[in-house]
Amino acid sequence: MTPRITLATATRVVQQLRHDPRTIALMLVVPSLLMALLWWVYDGGPLFDQIGPALLAIFPFLVMFLVTSIATLRERTSGTLERLLSMPTGKLDFLLGYALAFGVVALVQALITSTVAVALLDMQAAGPTWVLIAVAVFDALLGVALGLFVSAFASTEFQVVQFMPALILPQFLLCGLLVPRDQLPDVLEAISNVLPLSYAVDAMTEVRANADPAVWAEISVVLAFSVALLALGAATLRRRTP
Amino acid sequence: MMNYVPEHTVDPTGHGVPAIRIRGLRVVRGPLTVLDDFDLDIRRGTLTGLLGPSGSGKSTLMRAIVGVQQVAGGTVEVLGEPAGSKPLRDRVAYVTQAPSVYADLTVRQNLRYYARVLGAPLSDVDRAIEQVELATHADHLVGRLSGGQHSRVSLATALLGEPEVLVLDEPTVGLDPVLRVQLWELFNRLAADGATLLVSSHVMDEAERCERLILLREGMLLADDTLAGLLARTGAADAEGAFLELIEKAEKKEAGDR
Repeated sequence: MTPRITLATATRVVQQLRHDPRTIALMLVVPSLLMALLWWVYDGGPLFDQIGPALLAIFPFLVMFLVTSIATLRERTSGTLERLLSMPTGKLDFLLGYALAFGVVALVQALITSTVAVALLDMQAAGPTWVLIAVAVFDALLGVALGLFVSAFASTEFQVVQFMPALILPQFLLCGLLVPRDQLPDVLEAISNVLPLSYAVDAMTEVRANADPAVWAEISVVLAFSVALLALGAATLRRRTP
Repeated sequence: MMNYVPEHTVDPTGHGVPAIRIRGLRVVRGPLTVLDDFDLDIRRGTLTGLLGPSGSGKSTLMRAIVGVQQVAGGTVEVLGEPAGSKPLRDRVAYVTQAPSVYADLTVRQNLRYYARVLGAPLSDVDRAIEQVELATHADHLVGRLSGGQHSRVSLATALLGEPEVLVLDEPTVGLDPVLRVQLWELFNRLAADGATLLVSSHVMDEAERCERLILLREGMLLADDTLAGLLARTGAADAEGAFLELIEKAEKKEAGDR
């Protein structure tokens, strides 16, 4: 790994995004709009306070999964990845470059969405807002890591998009948002215990309920999943291909 | 064995190991054995043309030299090191047939990125852009360029830094004749300055700009000679005639073997 190349890669990914203002706008504005829609659906009532923080965890995960998986798939199919790996680029330079770039975007997204939720929509969370934002950024990294890994198993953009209902929706259904995890059937609870999004939502629930939230255990689990997925992703980056 | 290594590839000047040395290379892609027991030597500071019908194994051979091709056997050494190994990654430049640059970046942004990756000075960026005649388009998005301009951005990437070996897969496809002549002059200049170039093409008149020609057919080395040598051997008037003659001969021989 070479810091120069990691940083250059992160800068390049951000530059690519800057040439695509519509995607930036969608990434930054849509979560806030959905948050407002949710507020409207629950008429600003207590259910909004309950679900809002969980959504703050899910948006960055979902959005970063989609952009990363498609962006990496493009690198794989356009030959740019092969060229980079024939140059002094290390696999970690590539992976961390993406994680860094989309981590920054996730930070901006989380700042906007949580500001809208807390200041405009009066979402009540007992814990400090900065912890909400920090958890959201870690969830974004989880999405980046999963997207990088999954892109190895798709050969077209159609396929990669289909991984969203396949890999993200089950996590969404089991993360405790619809039914608290301890009230799920035993088998499903066991499954939810090994899914990373469960811990992301747990962390947000903790911030909602406690003025001094203890989220490090949950964040550690999310981070461990991200690191493991990045390691698996690195294994799918091959210098030599058939 | 149809592969043969002619005398002139034995380094007469004796200055060190050859730029590229291939022994017994075997590449299998899917059900197909693309290259089998393939030998090749390329001297440093030479411009070699790699020619052959499509599907003859040109790109596979180039990928093996760059070290991005999975090989089933044999050795490929570049500058005395195993192909694709770490010490080679900023000394060997590679341009694929399909341009591998970012369509959603400008020409300059692409080259600045690759220059940073290679650790090449950023002043190389403008030099490379000028060498491929894209100075007027330096700040245009690559995705909006024409096909020929697009592939020239990819070529410019290979000119960053000071690569000792350049492996260029069809770098002049889709370019107008004036530009093609200019690029071949550039390739010759780079070789004169000491770089080793292996350039594939399917345009036979380009062959005449190389000091040495390699003709591949179905993974076999059909010829490895200078243009003059080829013309003398076949009695043809130009490169195209010589190659047609050689391919016909190989086909006849195959038919006879059956």
